[in-house]
Amino acid sequence: MTFSRRSAFGVGTAGALALVATAVTPAAAEWKPVKPVEFVVMAGQGGGADKLARFIQSIIEKNKFADVPFIPINKGGGSGADALRYLKDNAGNDHVIMATLNSYYTTPLRNPGIGVNINEFTPIARLAEDTFVLWVNANSDIKTVEDYIKVVKEKGTGWKMGGTGTGQEDSLVTAMLEKAYGLKMTYVPFKGGGDVAVNLVGQHVDSTVNNPSEAIGFFEAGKVRPLASLTREPITELKDVPTFKSLGQDLVYRMQRSVVAPGGIKPEVADYYKSIFEKVFASTEWKDYCKKNALQCAWLSGDDLKKYFDEEEAKHAALLKEMGEIK
Amino acid sequence: MRRAELIFAALLALFSIYLMYMSQLPPLQIGWVPRKGPGSGALPFWLSLGMLICAIWIFLRGWRGVTPQGRSTEPFMDSYTVWMVAVTVSSIFMMLLATYYVGAYVAMFLFMLFYVGVFGKIPWPTTIAVSLAVPIAIFFLFESGMKILLPKGATEPLFIPLYKMFVY
Amino acid sequence: MMEIFSHLIDGFGIAFQPFNLGMMVLGCLLGLFIGAMPGLGSVNGVAILLPITFFVPPTAAIIFLAAIYYGSMYGGAISSIMLGIPGASTAVATTFDGRPMALQGKADFALVAAAVASFVGGTISIILFTLFAPPLADFALRFGPQETFALMVLAFATFVGLGGDDIPKTIFMILLGLVLSTVGLDTISGRPRLIFFDLQGFYKGISFIVLAIGIYGIGEMLWTLETSRGKVEIISHRFTWQRLKAALGEVKTAWKTMSFSSLLGYFVGVLPAAGATPAALMAYGLTKSFSDTPEKFGKGEISGVAAPEAANNAASTGSMLPMMTLGIPGSPTTAILLGGMVIWGLTPGPLLFLQQSEFVWGLTASLYAANFVTLILNLALIPLFVWVLRMPFMILAPLIFVLCFVGSYAPDTRMFDPWLVLLFGFVGYVMRKLDYPLAPLVLAIVLGPLAEDSFRQTMIADLGDWTVFFTRPLSGIIMAFAVLLFAAPLLKGVRRRKAAADKT
Repeated sequence: MTFSRRSAFGVGTAGALALVATAVTPAAAEWKPVKPVEFVVMAGQGGGADKLARFIQSIIEKNKFADVPFIPINKGGGSGADALRYLKDNAGNDHVIMATLNSYYTTPLRNPGIGVNINEFTPIARLAEDTFVLWVNANSDIKTVEDYIKVVKEKGTGWKMGGTGTGQEDSLVTAMLEKAYGLKMTYVPFKGGGDVAVNLVGQHVDSTVNNPSEAIGFFEAGKVRPLASLTREPITELKDVPTFKSLGQDLVYRMQRSVVAPGGIKPEVADYYKSIFEKVFASTEWKDYCKKNALQCAWLSGDDLKKYFDEEEAKHAALLKEMGEIK
Repeated sequence: MRRAELIFAALLALFSIYLMYMSQLPPLQIGWVPRKGPGSGALPFWLSLGMLICAIWIFLRGWRGVTPQGRSTEPFMDSYTVWMVAVTVSSIFMMLLATYYVGAYVAMFLFMLFYVGVFGKIPWPTTIAVSLAVPIAIFFLFESGMKILLPKGATEPLFIPLYKMFVY
Repeated sequence: MMEIFSHLIDGFGIAFQPFNLGMMVLGCLLGLFIGAMPGLGSVNGVAILLPITFFVPPTAAIIFLAAIYYGSMYGGAISSIMLGIPGASTAVATTFDGRPMALQGKADFALVAAAVASFVGGTISIILFTLFAPPLADFALRFGPQETFALMVLAFATFVGLGGDDIPKTIFMILLGLVLSTVGLDTISGRPRLIFFDLQGFYKGISFIVLAIGIYGIGEMLWTLETSRGKVEIISHRFTWQRLKAALGEVKTAWKTMSFSSLLGYFVGVLPAAGATPAALMAYGLTKSFSDTPEKFGKGEISGVAAPEAANNAASTGSMLPMMTLGIPGSPTTAILLGGMVIWGLTPGPLLFLQQSEFVWGLTASLYAANFVTLILNLALIPLFVWVLRMPFMILAPLIFVLCFVGSYAPDTRMFDPWLVLLFGFVGYVMRKLDYPLAPLVLAIVLGPLAEDSFRQTMIADLGDWTVFFTRPLSGIIMAFAVLLFAAPLLKGVRRRKAAADKT
């Protein structure tokens, strides 16, 4: 209940502070962590989100952006339910932040039992959006989306699409594909994106919608073939791969890579973390990483980020409803 | 022992029924879902049914005295055992509970002090030395060496200078 | 072949540069301690120490982390033997005979056996790694969900004989382990299952570590306290040259077991998704099944320590192979190593061998050396470990309880797990008293999720046709083995019972 009291008191002060903050340099609102910062990861050790979080940690430590260590803590249990709950229970704790992915929206929507409302959290920054690409094995005869549609229509449920767990990103993308082209395929869920990529290379599934970062090694070795990307603009690292948009279907899906803090923290604390991630975002290491893994790196913070979260949450709610996963 | 065997088997049977009940709660399905294979409740449900059958089997064997426990007339726990288990379990319980308030380090110090000194009747100088050494060693191993932060509860402020010295 | 040798010699040149060598020794030592800590295994060790590598060149970094990985594989055996708590899931099987040996005052023998077996396992597998990397990587790719499930059936088959004599209790414990492994969010459907009393903590599921620490750490300790009335005197000998020689002599008798387990461990490790835990269990189960004296197992048989230790070290090297050649992690630990490679700016995958040959061969050579270093360190530290056992039990017991608390809290940093440990500890103690076998429970919770996921993936992919397990060539072969293994102990049991019946 401290929250409501603080917000009543805060309306005036926060407004004034915001004015000050924009007028003067950000150095005016000084807050610094006094102990190590827990950097919660919504995924288990070794997953895509974990690799990214540890990479960010390496940038922060190498360049000494912060005086204290940022310690990644994996709370991947229950598709991030554990992490979300932890963040909620740590409302007002200045030394916890969390790296998010799209289960940030889908897990609370699908599991009202965990009692998490993401609107309570404090958005810090969005560092990147990961993209999705339709892949087939390089040995297959399918060369274009057109071929793909034809073969999948023929095979029907005999066509196996591999992806991550039901209700997670890959299954949403598959549902979008099915709806757009009137397909009906069999969706085989695996534990993580890495497993999915391997099963495509081993021909245990027929196609996948992996993130480029998960499949890029196999792509460079000529083991998998991208057909089209679910992005607005073509991905520069995947030459000659069209977007679904250019093929006449408005299929766009992105995975956000953002950082949020618990609710009820002071604005200067949020500003501190924002400044740290601004530095990360501007570093050359980050730019290289984006390029190498075909991430679309676009900075977003503050109210824009909040708006973005709201939109994406609504979008995911609609998608899940269509799939019959939630009511 | 015989009574314990029978009661425990009965409890396990009840637990199995509870698990079966839990595994069929919507939206879990215990049957075959078209195009999705066995439903997400199938494995726990049918295996719990197996557990129930086994528990009944265990109960009957105990009843008929097939197992040594079913024939045994010794008490399940003698008075020393009851005392020892009660003290151990409740002192660990208190340590976990105290962690929320005074943090893991103070809690484990108090636990060691009690268990080694009072319960174990080890001479006090040794007790105090060991009780101090354990939290200190754990601090260096976990927080300083591996950067795993243990809960501190109300003792958090005391650790801030320590973090500066040892953690980073 | 010559090419491999010249590469390897270059690799040794890299591994023996003073800085790299120093990193390796440091890594082995750290790994040893992390592995010996109940609750913390190679996954935590590698993840936690990853930041140190941001500041060194990639080759030194991977050498360091691989040494930690290696060291903790050795270290897992230490807590299994000394405390009876498996340090990690890979070391569960080591407790079966390691702990009884320690209680008989042969802790040093068990430790020597574990160290030597680990060395043999590591060395055999690294030789295989050097010689046959690319073809094996292709073989690993042929493992789909069907084969993974078949492999799990095989793993279950190998420990059919592990339970007690009480058949309903053994079956009950296997089923209980499988059911407990389904707690939490289901991968396939994404639905929460068995969230007891709506407690949030169950969304994550019940981890093996929590169950094992509860049962072995608390439950077993209560049992020991009861039987000993608080006055345990574990006989332990001073570790001398004579003892070492005697121990080595005894270990030598298990050379067949060690070489067989190493090969088995390596192949299981190479497969994606399997890893060192099933490898160690299968090695133990098979060694027991094929032994002339299976009744000695579980009571302090030296082969029972050597088999799983050889297998788990071989498997951990094995799982590096798909990581390096395909960019696929064969175990959670290699998944983090992969993450590390990304941080250091390398792209793991099929091209790594061509583009980063210094890195690959430096690592390979360092694995040979790391094996040797850990063996020496282990043997050198045995007197220290044995000294721990001489502590008065009323100090050792609470120390173990504190380690159980911290060790269960550390992997996920949440208080929910220590509470569960206490609960499992108490229930495990009661079960132990009533002669419910605990090993099948622990094994089932480790293998359960893998088995369930791969079964359901197959059912989805093959539209409910369960015959694929037998008709696909690879899974068919594995299934045939599994059926044989299931049948063997049953037949043996029938024969033995008949013999017993004839006598009376």
